[in-house]
Amino acid sequence: MFKYYGKIAPYLFLLPAGIVLLIFFFIPFFQTIGLSFFDYSNSIYQPNFSGIQNYINILHNPIFYKVMLNTIIYLVVAVPILAILPLFLAVLINQKIKGITLYKILIYLPVIVSIVVAAIAFKWLYAEQGILNYLLSLLHIKSIGWLTDPKYAIYSVIIVTIWKGIGYYMMIYLAALMSVPKELYEACEIDGAGFLRKHLTVTIPHIMPTIALVTTISSISAMKIFAEIYVMTKGGPLNSTKTIVYYIYEKAFENLDLGYASAMAVILLVIVMIFSLINICCFEKNKYQI
Amino acid sequence: MSLKTKILKFINFKNFWIHFTLILVSLISIFPFIWLLSTSLKGNSENIFAYPPTIIPKEFTFANYVGVWHKVDLMRYFINSMIVAGGTVLLNLILSSLAGYPLARMEFKGKKIAFFAILATIMIPFQAIMLPVYLITLKLHLVDTVNDTMGFIGLIMPFAVSAFGIFLMRQAFLAIPREMEEAAIVDGCNVFQVFWKVLLPMVKPSLAVLAIFTFIGSWGEFLWPSIVLTKEAMYTLPVGVNNLQGMFSSNWRYIAAGSIISTIPIIIFFLAMQKYFISGENEGAVKG
Repeated sequence: MFKYYGKIAPYLFLLPAGIVLLIFFFIPFFQTIGLSFFDYSNSIYQPNFSGIQNYINILHNPIFYKVMLNTIIYLVVAVPILAILPLFLAVLINQKIKGITLYKILIYLPVIVSIVVAAIAFKWLYAEQGILNYLLSLLHIKSIGWLTDPKYAIYSVIIVTIWKGIGYYMMIYLAALMSVPKELYEACEIDGAGFLRKHLTVTIPHIMPTIALVTTISSISAMKIFAEIYVMTKGGPLNSTKTIVYYIYEKAFENLDLGYASAMAVILLVIVMIFSLINICCFEKNKYQI
Repeated sequence: MSLKTKILKFINFKNFWIHFTLILVSLISIFPFIWLLSTSLKGNSENIFAYPPTIIPKEFTFANYVGVWHKVDLMRYFINSMIVAGGTVLLNLILSSLAGYPLARMEFKGKKIAFFAILATIMIPFQAIMLPVYLITLKLHLVDTVNDTMGFIGLIMPFAVSAFGIFLMRQAFLAIPREMEEAAIVDGCNVFQVFWKVLLPMVKPSLAVLAIFTFIGSWGEFLWPSIVLTKEAMYTLPVGVNNLQGMFSSNWRYIAAGSIISTIPIIIFFLAMQKYFISGENEGAVKG
């Protein structure tokens, strides 16, 4: 094809987006790394270069280990549930039965609603004399401090994240299920395979890439959790729900310890980049081919 | 046929367990809102902590809605959210389609660099760079302490374009046959006219998808506005709703009523645009 555009046209088209990405992505990215080598703990106006001191401080801070442990709990509990449960629901919803649209709307609703409203709604369910403790009392179980007991608080927050994510991942799975060739199921039925067998031999192998994709996306978003924590627990009780992002927020905007917060942010960057690289290189390759 | 065999037959009915599971999950999905709605409609004399809890209010009233509407400027929060989400959507549509076009259709020096630089931003979570973004926003005077307009620009700019949007538009342009451009050039169009008059109208479906998902994302954004906003009059809905907790410390009737009001617009939007969300065709373009 002949070149109908001049030499500068491509750059002109890229310029506006380029400027925004430069100011609000690339400069802050390098600035985060830069700030992490400065000590702001004495004054935020006169930082001193301190090398890797912030990183050493982080590694000597027990709260850091608590935060990492919370993140690991989040990953270990939320990610498998979000990879499996929505798949199960998608298989159910992918049948020709009545009321499918209504089910989809209702299950997708939590995805649409603001996380702040969702967190408030759950805070109300979790109240000391709330409805969940009432349900427990019906089962003769003593009431639980859902958000006030350090043993349970993180799980109560994880429930909100799972509840809000199910519809989203279900739709991703549903899109993948639609692409499984119908003939394979028919062949299975002729062979006399039941519901379970049919899905184990056809569905699962076919959508393995989607399962992997959902696993990495939900891991990445589990590491970016903030609003649930901010609205429901503020990281408490006893740091039991403090996540990486909440910790960065607290250090940066409440303690004004910019260097420490940036070093923590670099740690988050590294972790998320590893997961994103896996995602881009393995599962979404075709979307990003030059 | 006895009743017992009738019931057994019903349970064995092929789709019974499918419906049973889906109804159960649907109920769990909406129950937190139902309970919030129920609380918001209960009068002052009704104990909202009563055991056993009652879903249908005994003393049904709209007083909490009237009360919270008068005490909190929810309309203002709504307008602020509309301005921010509207501005974010508009800029995303413009910037993403502008940038997606050369990446899909042109050969130029540095294309690979541009491509991978944009791809790299997918890997940078906003949460990790929010502190320098805030410092830069302050430096550029894009905060509500300067004036409201600057405040809105500051809320919008960090989300004015995303790699997801650029790649979505690039994919859309890639799918258009080259003959379209050739015909337009023969007819005497220049490159900007090709973009504006020929290509852009052909990628409307992708623009719609981008607009809808950007809107949802921007509407629910909480972290960034809670960092930059200082004036209550500038609050967006999520920040304003979170603030209800502090204002009415333990008046759950008011908090519930305010939360429900704030949710109505997005539910209407969702129901109107439901095919985009639940058709199963647009997955992957969503959520950062």
